[in-house]
Amino acid sequence: MAASFGVSSAAVQAVKSSASPLPSPPVIRSEARPISGRINRSRKAGKIATHAVAARTENPASAASKTGHEVLLFEALREGLEEEMERDPRVCIFGEDVGHYGGSYKVSKGLAEKYGDLRVLDTPIAENSFTGMAVGAAMTGLRPVVEGMNMGFLLLAFNQISDNCGMLHYTSGGQFTIPTVIRGPGGVGRQLGAEHSQRLESYFQSIPGIQMVACSTPYNAKGLMKAAIRSENPVVLFEHVLLYNLKERIPDEEYVVSLEEAEMVRPGKHVTILTYSRMRYHVMQAAKTLVNKGYDPEVIDIRSLKPFDLHTIGNSIKKTHKVLIVEECMRTGGIGASLTAAINENFNDYLDAPIVCLSSQDVPTPYAGTLEEVTVVQPPQIVTAVEQLCR
Amino acid sequence: MACSATAKIIHNPLMLSSSRSAEKYESCCKISGPTSLLGSKFLGKKLLSAKSAISPASRRSGAVVAVSSDVVKEKKLKSSSSAASNLLITKEEGLVLYEDMYLGRAFEDMCAQMYYRGKMFGFVHLYNGQEAVSTGFIKLLKQEDCVVSTYRDHVHSLSKGVPARQVMSELFGKTTGCCRGQGGSMHMFSKEHNVLGGFAFIGEGIPVATGAAFTSKYKREVLKENCDEVTLAFFGDGTCNNGQFFECLNMASLWKLPIVFVVENNLWAIGMSHLRSTSDPQIWKKGPAFGMPGVHVDGMDVLKVREVAQEAIGRARRGEGPTLVECETYRFRGHSLADPDELRDPAEKAHYATRDPITALKKYLFENNLANEAELKAIDKKIDEIIEDSVEFADASPVPARNQLLENVFADPRGFGIGPDGKYRCEDPKFTEGTAQV
Repeated sequence: MAASFGVSSAAVQAVKSSASPLPSPPVIRSEARPISGRINRSRKAGKIATHAVAARTENPASAASKTGHEVLLFEALREGLEEEMERDPRVCIFGEDVGHYGGSYKVSKGLAEKYGDLRVLDTPIAENSFTGMAVGAAMTGLRPVVEGMNMGFLLLAFNQISDNCGMLHYTSGGQFTIPTVIRGPGGVGRQLGAEHSQRLESYFQSIPGIQMVACSTPYNAKGLMKAAIRSENPVVLFEHVLLYNLKERIPDEEYVVSLEEAEMVRPGKHVTILTYSRMRYHVMQAAKTLVNKGYDPEVIDIRSLKPFDLHTIGNSIKKTHKVLIVEECMRTGGIGASLTAAINENFNDYLDAPIVCLSSQDVPTPYAGTLEEVTVVQPPQIVTAVEQLCR
Repeated sequence: MACSATAKIIHNPLMLSSSRSAEKYESCCKISGPTSLLGSKFLGKKLLSAKSAISPASRRSGAVVAVSSDVVKEKKLKSSSSAASNLLITKEEGLVLYEDMYLGRAFEDMCAQMYYRGKMFGFVHLYNGQEAVSTGFIKLLKQEDCVVSTYRDHVHSLSKGVPARQVMSELFGKTTGCCRGQGGSMHMFSKEHNVLGGFAFIGEGIPVATGAAFTSKYKREVLKENCDEVTLAFFGDGTCNNGQFFECLNMASLWKLPIVFVVENNLWAIGMSHLRSTSDPQIWKKGPAFGMPGVHVDGMDVLKVREVAQEAIGRARRGEGPTLVECETYRFRGHSLADPDELRDPAEKAHYATRDPITALKKYLFENNLANEAELKAIDKKIDEIIEDSVEFADASPVPARNQLLENVFADPRGFGIGPDGKYRCEDPKFTEGTAQV
């Protein structure tokens, strides 16, 4: 069953008293220069706290480290998981087919062989119960990472995610922390059908007590995975089915990105485009067209779906005075709807025009390819929206 | 670990449940006292007509005390011959059990009083009549063992060691409560005493208990610590029709988790009779279906419960896996203080009132010369004082200040977002301006 795992007893004493986590490693935001340190070994790194976000320049990862290594997004997630499991013996994975099968998207490939069947637990098909198990394990000292084979399956775990993950820290008066990470692929894929193409971020966003982040590049996927595992809060990490094979060069050094900050993808001055997950790529594609037409869009990948990074977003709005939100969530009650409300409340004075929000259609995602294409926002629509906004 | 013993237990309950001959049944049951599964005539008829009913012979004799796994059965056979001379408890143990049950009863009675006086609100579910289950199980645990309960959790918390003051304050909604007033009657938590809640939705707590048991196994096998902590999950008959119950029975048995599933079968889920909602009302039978022993015990008798509990907890501690224990018990009051309790047959209530667990234990202690009237009265007085003190303490405690509202939403307040200077937004005064106007 479980592989024997040489762990110094000192590191293990702290399991029951989850008050004092291991010292944090260098935390760098996506834009800063990397701190050099050995991979997987930097336990006593200097305390470099997250600084406030300010406007940034180009894609940081490639600028930061030419000596990094190329990975696909799912490999980056796996690296993040593996590094955290190596660093802290309390980190474990629960999910269907995460162990021997290596994960249905290969995110946990090889981990069961390395860490044993108990640390990488193949669960029966009982989402509500194994998510609840993760909550119970987290309350008693472990740090579980729960994988939903598809985010849609986590609808079955809604009871546990909402009532227990989100609420128990509060209803116990702060006595118990629930440091779980709930992750899985969601979003519209290639003709996967309605039930496998759900975007759960809109359903989860009202739950008090959880944080939500969405990764979009291998760099931020690994960073967010590590940050989520280290966080004392329950975090839901949204991945996207179509982004798992993205390739990027990421640093060799250990790094973590902040869970609460947005990423400046492309600075500009004409319009602020807020997006996340796969729509980032549709936006960037549209941005190429827009640049050719003479526009200068500022593209921000909001990354943190709950809480919104209103600081970065606000600074951008103060500069451009126009906002376009591009998301894959549905129109009704989606992330875009919340973001629109938040921006209107906080930055109303800075807006020259009403916020435009491009979301998916309020339909169950059809199977037919042509219909599916029209369900989500496509680059030409983004171009048109910007042109109209900037008129 | 004890592999052969495990194999035996998995196979035998399956055989036991299918052979329903009267002889075999009576030989493995210890018959004592007039009991019957149901007091109400109407319900009694239903049981007789059910297909897989208890054999007529044992129904006539009236006793369904314990249909137990092989291991427990052996123990019973050994001791039943000399039952009279073998006392099940010592004097100290007896007094501890009595005190704990009386504490539970007195506390719940005080809760009712306070509720009707307007000191506590909402849904308050009282445990009167079921004390034997809580005391019988929890008094065998160590501090590190975990208890998970439902909304009927005051007495589980008290038995586990949470001070009455903290529980009463929590009920009054004061900041000195065990959950700072944020949980309430249905959410009793204590990190110090390892009470993992307190859950409002039934079935919600069973996976949490399974997770706590998983941690225990993880600590032993992955972290190589010396850990034999056991988790007890308490829930009712209504929960046994819920998916989470079955899913957790499966997982606990699959991974041999150190957990005991304790069903407090009081026959009623608010107004829904157990027989009207369950295709096979004998809950203990669902254990063997998942490969764990299923035990049925008279939940109004603390000594019988304790005996079964000892075996089940011992199994879990030794790593032999989970057990499903069905305790036949009864709640004297309604489902909650808001329930008029009109549906239950008064004859049934009267019947169970004669089987009050505290009276039964008292009788046992007197009959076996373990205690006298004066000692028990002294305990009563002590407990009454503790309860009075807890009410005074709760009355005198401060209500939570408004700025407590946002304090425990996140363990790491960065969950509220970070502000312009990198500080947590909930420290930022502008943050609270727009929100709840605290």
